[in-house]
Amino acid sequence: MTSYLPILVFTLVAVLFLTAALLAARLLRHAGSASMNLEPYECGNEALTFAHDHRFSIRYYLIAVLFVIFDVETVFLFPWAVLFDQLALFGFIEMMVFLAILVVGYVYIWNRGALRWV
Amino acid sequence: MNVDVVVTVAKIAVVLGLLLQVAPIMVWVERRGSAMMQDRPGPNRLGPFGLFQALADAVKFLFKEDVTPAAADKPLYLMAPALALLPAFTTSVVIPWGPNFTWDGKEYAFTVSNADTGVLLFLALASLGVYSLVMAGYASNNKFSLLGSIRASAQLISYELAMTVAVLAVIIPVGSFHLTDVVAYQRTNTWNCLLQPFGFLVFCIAAFAETNRLPFDLPEAESELVAGFHTEYSAMRFAAFFQAEYTSMAALSALGCTLFLGGWSLPWLNYEGMGWLGVALGLGTLLAKVGVCMFVFVWVRWTFPRFRYDQLMRLGWKFLLPVALLNLIAVSAMTLAGWL
Amino acid sequence: MTQPLALPEDDHDGLFADSEEMELSFGPQHPATHGVLRLKLKINGERIVESYPVIGYLHRGTEKLFELHPFFQNIPHTDRMDYVAAATNNQAYVGAVEKLLGLVVPPRARCIRIILAELQRISSHLLWLATHAIDIGAMTPFFYTFREREILLDLFEDYCGARLTLNCMRPGGLPYDLPVGWTGRCAALMADLPGKLDEYEELLTNNRIWKKRTVGIGVLPPEVAIDYGVTGPMLRGSGVRWDLRKALPYDGYDEVEFEVPIGRNGDTYDRYIVRMIEMRQSVRIINQCLEKLPEGPIMAKRPRVMKAGKDAEIYHGIEGPKGEIGFYIVGDGTPNPYRCHVRPPSFINLQSLPELCKGALIADLVALIGTTDIVLGEVDR
Repeated sequence: MTSYLPILVFTLVAVLFLTAALLAARLLRHAGSASMNLEPYECGNEALTFAHDHRFSIRYYLIAVLFVIFDVETVFLFPWAVLFDQLALFGFIEMMVFLAILVVGYVYIWNRGALRWV
Repeated sequence: MNVDVVVTVAKIAVVLGLLLQVAPIMVWVERRGSAMMQDRPGPNRLGPFGLFQALADAVKFLFKEDVTPAAADKPLYLMAPALALLPAFTTSVVIPWGPNFTWDGKEYAFTVSNADTGVLLFLALASLGVYSLVMAGYASNNKFSLLGSIRASAQLISYELAMTVAVLAVIIPVGSFHLTDVVAYQRTNTWNCLLQPFGFLVFCIAAFAETNRLPFDLPEAESELVAGFHTEYSAMRFAAFFQAEYTSMAALSALGCTLFLGGWSLPWLNYEGMGWLGVALGLGTLLAKVGVCMFVFVWVRWTFPRFRYDQLMRLGWKFLLPVALLNLIAVSAMTLAGWL
Repeated sequence: MTQPLALPEDDHDGLFADSEEMELSFGPQHPATHGVLRLKLKINGERIVESYPVIGYLHRGTEKLFELHPFFQNIPHTDRMDYVAAATNNQAYVGAVEKLLGLVVPPRARCIRIILAELQRISSHLLWLATHAIDIGAMTPFFYTFREREILLDLFEDYCGARLTLNCMRPGGLPYDLPVGWTGRCAALMADLPGKLDEYEELLTNNRIWKKRTVGIGVLPPEVAIDYGVTGPMLRGSGVRWDLRKALPYDGYDEVEFEVPIGRNGDTYDRYIVRMIEMRQSVRIINQCLEKLPEGPIMAKRPRVMKAGKDAEIYHGIEGPKGEIGFYIVGDGTPNPYRCHVRPPSFINLQSLPELCKGALIADLVALIGTTDIVLGEVDR
């Protein structure tokens, strides 16, 4: 556990650093802001719709789904990699089978056009 | 026990001290470096060679108006810059900054955290970075920001895959997540960039994409999306993103150097026998290597045009991922055969 | 129109159909719209479904202003249309007035006009290259081209005192002769320039990313280009060999040797190559003119008060850096033009933009705005 404590310290430092900077800035900068400045930037035009009014292209969610699939697969690779010496040939063959299944899925989504972005 | 705490605090102080210097130094390097490449003087008024330019920038950030758009999702909007700094700072805890040292008769590794998860921890923390970009872009409630943040999320997660697989290939012959072991492995054999050139290539390309640097700076893409995910951010909050970018560049460079370029070690030199001098030299060596990598980041930025979104995704999924997987298979087969 | 990025045909289960179009205002306050162009975009994800240029943010009523002043006082108005190509605007306008009044320009003045116009073409193309490269993400060529453009503008400054709004020609000739030593400095720059052009090309021409971003992007087939009335490098990029300097020579362009480059595929990359070659050809023209620069007067004999005949009307177009810049002038017997209409190349080339960016991505859009090489001062006038 002690080896993870420094991460907490670093996190605190990062947050404190930003908070201190923001506080200092709040004390130093001029206060008021014209109400026009608070509108979302749309190249100098009044925005007719906000970004949150829209549903966004489904393709991006597909990327997220694919990522989850592949990332979970790489999670399985980690313990295998670190214990590679002990698992030896059996582990290697086992992992090749695993990767072969992964590649089949990869080829399938490629053929299906899921990797044709935008 | 007390000594342990003192040592840890000292290590934290050293690493944090270094990390906080990265952004100001890189501002200067980037501006003067780009000026050098572009045949112009660059900032040269403040201090010798314009060295105080970063200071002036910081002061300017302090005095700038801080805008929170009325339509923004406030909690997310305020959280995003802090979340950007978090992975940038925390990832460097697992990097070995020099050889082991002895204090009070006890040997310590020169890493802030000696967690067994090592490099896995680095990747886990680094992948938190995507949240800040997505939050910033979504919370701004601005269409350009939204596009930028969606690009960012797609880009970061896509290249994370290739990077993870490339890192795994380094772990296989070493058999440990400890980056100290990776350095030790490279000291007995040779640098991993020579043993695994394809893995190194994949890692380098993915590193550019992970840090949103040109030619992969699509989340910002100032000529397309104005400023991408941080369009609405100003003053100190923008500075936080700015600092996070440079700090994560440094952290990722340090990881790359440790994994592929021998870390703090140099071939034919034995820092371990030199005591404190060795520790200082090791730290200096790693910093020099990181410096070179950072300069390459700058150099590439001012040389190349930018990819298009679909081209970037194609490169990530249809080129880097297969190459990384093949590299992994090749390395594991070679390790099995005892060649690595 | 060929679509390098067609929508997926294999969308079996309507996987990508369920998304919504978003309206986005691109410009006028945007880094890549080259001034104050505004594009109303309908986007679906990254893809542009529809684009609609909105112009007029820089409208100053130039054509009306022409009517309020005598012929020779209108030249500064032409400077402010395409403000990065003032010399060619001047040349087109004074050419039209000369045709209207029947003035014959002396050979020395014609030769110097060619030099000024070609210098202007180079400077305009340098600016185009700089901004085009920045739009695509390459920042460095900008500083290189501005380095050379600076020297070029110095030459203009030495000649007429101005760097941008030159006001450097008069109906019947030129206001000034070349200053002492000017030809030498110009020749030195011309000797230098081809090497510098190589330097820019080294960064871009064979760059894989640059090619990825430009080859096959915004293909404009020759028929479509002609239908839209597109001229200049845009038209030649599509493979149509049409250059007014060759087709309807003016100011003695028939006495110099040069080639007119054309593209093959009509894409952004071809237009880039065409403009790069054009700069080299301009250098060639200037060198010839500097060599054979005739002696003699620089101003024709002209009436003290220039008046067009009643109902006299004339159109004179020349090859500006961006395409055919022409003036249609109607006289009514007074010293002022009764009506002066401008044929602005930027405005007409801009009209092909919605066609070019049908189905393109947002990233392509900025490349396409760059490749049309518009100046909003001329579009809006």
